[in-house]
Amino acid sequence: MNTITSINALQPIFPEIVLAVGAMALLMLSVFAGERSARFVNTLCILLLIGIGALIVWLPAGRATLFGGSFVIDDFARFLKLLTLAGSAGTLILSLDYLTKEKLQKAEYGVLVLLATLGMMVLISANDLIALYLGLELMSLPLYVIAASNRDNARSTEAGLKYFVLGALSSGMLLYGASLIYGFTGTVNFAGIAKVAQGGANLGLIFGIVFLFAGFCFKISAVPFHMWTPDVYEGAPTPVTAFFAAAPKVAGIAIFVRATIVAFPGVTHSWQQIVVFVAIASMALGAFAAIGQKNIKRLMAYSSIGHMGFALVGLAAGTAEGVQGVLVYMAIYVGMTLGTFACILAMRRDGVAVESISDLAGLSRTKPAMAFMFAMLLFSLAGVPPLAGFFGKFYVFLAAVNAGLFTLAVLGVLSSVVGAFYYLAIVKVMYFDQPAPAFQRMPALVGLMLAVFGTLNIVFFLYPSPLVGAATAAAKSLF
Amino acid sequence: MNAVAVFFYLFACVLVASAFMVIASKNPVHSVLYLILAFVNAAGLFVMMGAEFLAMILIVVYVGAVAVLFLFVVMMLDVDFAELKQGVLQYLPIGMVIGGIFLAEILLVVGTWAIAPATKGAITAPIPAGVTNTEAIGLVLYTKYVYFFQISGLILLVAMIGAIVLTLRHKERVKRQSIADQVARTPAMAMKVVKVKTGQGLGSNEISSKDAGSAA
Repeated sequence: MNTITSINALQPIFPEIVLAVGAMALLMLSVFAGERSARFVNTLCILLLIGIGALIVWLPAGRATLFGGSFVIDDFARFLKLLTLAGSAGTLILSLDYLTKEKLQKAEYGVLVLLATLGMMVLISANDLIALYLGLELMSLPLYVIAASNRDNARSTEAGLKYFVLGALSSGMLLYGASLIYGFTGTVNFAGIAKVAQGGANLGLIFGIVFLFAGFCFKISAVPFHMWTPDVYEGAPTPVTAFFAAAPKVAGIAIFVRATIVAFPGVTHSWQQIVVFVAIASMALGAFAAIGQKNIKRLMAYSSIGHMGFALVGLAAGTAEGVQGVLVYMAIYVGMTLGTFACILAMRRDGVAVESISDLAGLSRTKPAMAFMFAMLLFSLAGVPPLAGFFGKFYVFLAAVNAGLFTLAVLGVLSSVVGAFYYLAIVKVMYFDQPAPAFQRMPALVGLMLAVFGTLNIVFFLYPSPLVGAATAAAKSLF
Repeated sequence: MNAVAVFFYLFACVLVASAFMVIASKNPVHSVLYLILAFVNAAGLFVMMGAEFLAMILIVVYVGAVAVLFLFVVMMLDVDFAELKQGVLQYLPIGMVIGGIFLAEILLVVGTWAIAPATKGAITAPIPAGVTNTEAIGLVLYTKYVYFFQISGLILLVAMIGAIVLTLRHKERVKRQSIADQVARTPAMAMKVVKVKTGQGLGSNEISSKDAGSAA
């Protein structure tokens, strides 16, 4: 155990400290400045998140641990933290105008997003079971609150309550699993668990892993713990849904990957079958259940379930190549999600937000630029080359094939073909149906986000090496 | 049978019995009181295991705060528990079947369960010798585990913000206490001497102007 002798010893955790202090300072500012400062405080929250991202890049690279090995920073953590910060900042930018229009603009919204992001960063850097659980709770609690933030709307409060009750249940299962793992290995540290479990798992440890995975699957909404997703995504205010779809999934996948790769390398065969099952079930459910959806937020919920299945294909491989695939997939997924939700947030007619797929009818004639970007994002979500989404799927399937998981790869490709059907159905509605009345002008910030992520999505294939290279380095740091 | 065993069985039996009564008693207030009894007995068991800190925390936090809060909620909400329990008999058989299956599964698993021999040697945090466990927790809570301690604090902060964000409503037309105004009040602002003519009483104008004077 290293003792902390000077402030410099805390350097690896500076980003988290700055974020925590910043969130509390902004909370105080909003209390004293009153309700009218809400938009200003939320803007400061965005700047703080961007600043933290810069700080993470600026701090020296390499691997470091703190607090007796509870906190670890390596290339893997750095990559995913930047991704999480991008997801949080992006959704806050998207939400500014929406919240003002819906009279939901509250400074606490930004502060809660900051604290949730802090929880995600703790989770990504967690190197033992206690830090894992605390990070998970710090991430989840603000999410329950902001899901219910439109408190005069019955569906929003229902979403918050449902998410809270099921989230508490999943936390309980995760804790039960963690206590079993501690009981059967005698340590909470991931490396220590790996050392004890080297010779193969006993029954108690396998039970623990199963319960731990149940908690993870709930947080990333993978089948069979996905039930909450469609209702929560539909009920929560749209920018909150965008946030749920982007940042917490990155953190959830991050801890899923770190825990399995670092703590259970000796029992790969035990967890691999669980991950394979969860991946196949999520991909299939995401593909089939989305077909009948009429509400675009509900459709995005099923789409996100499917995408988590694809990301887990890379984890199932259990190799550095597989982890690299997961990282590339998550980065592209966050970009596509932010772009798609920018389009959904622009669906506003006569001052009212609409969210039915039929409202998009004939968008190609009323708003050709938005329709083009939206169509490209949908093609990308479906995995059509040469758009970004294709590369994400390519890397995870390649890793699965190289690890000998042929059935998994074939089933994945088949379910992505089924999934393409409902994405293309939206494109058909936009391009070939009778035009519905035009949407309002989209706010400048939403337009900017759509332009940025839409363009990145299209031109990614020209220059993929920075992202892929960073993901390779990040994946290597785990092995 | 020595005294330790006697006390163990005493605490354990009362604990199980009162835990059963928590779910079996008809009156919710009785349920909460049985819950308190269960907590106290669990605390007794902790003391016997040498975990006196946990025992006291259990009494202070769970009995002192949580259970009393439960009592308040049960009394204030006036939930009709008899109505909630309707239909229990209807679902009892299928519930028993499912419970029986679970029990059989657990017995099968536990029957073949063997604790790994490597576990005992791997325990990284043994209880230090010669230190009471209150002292042991005090030694590490703010030093080795300061990270966890701070994150727990942030989680509680989130809970506070969440409770306020979701429930606080600024109601219009509610008269709030303004201490500054109260302190700044002088006799001249608060009182008004009115000459009342005999047989006519106080006119409504004078009463309302007096009210306005006291509100300011």
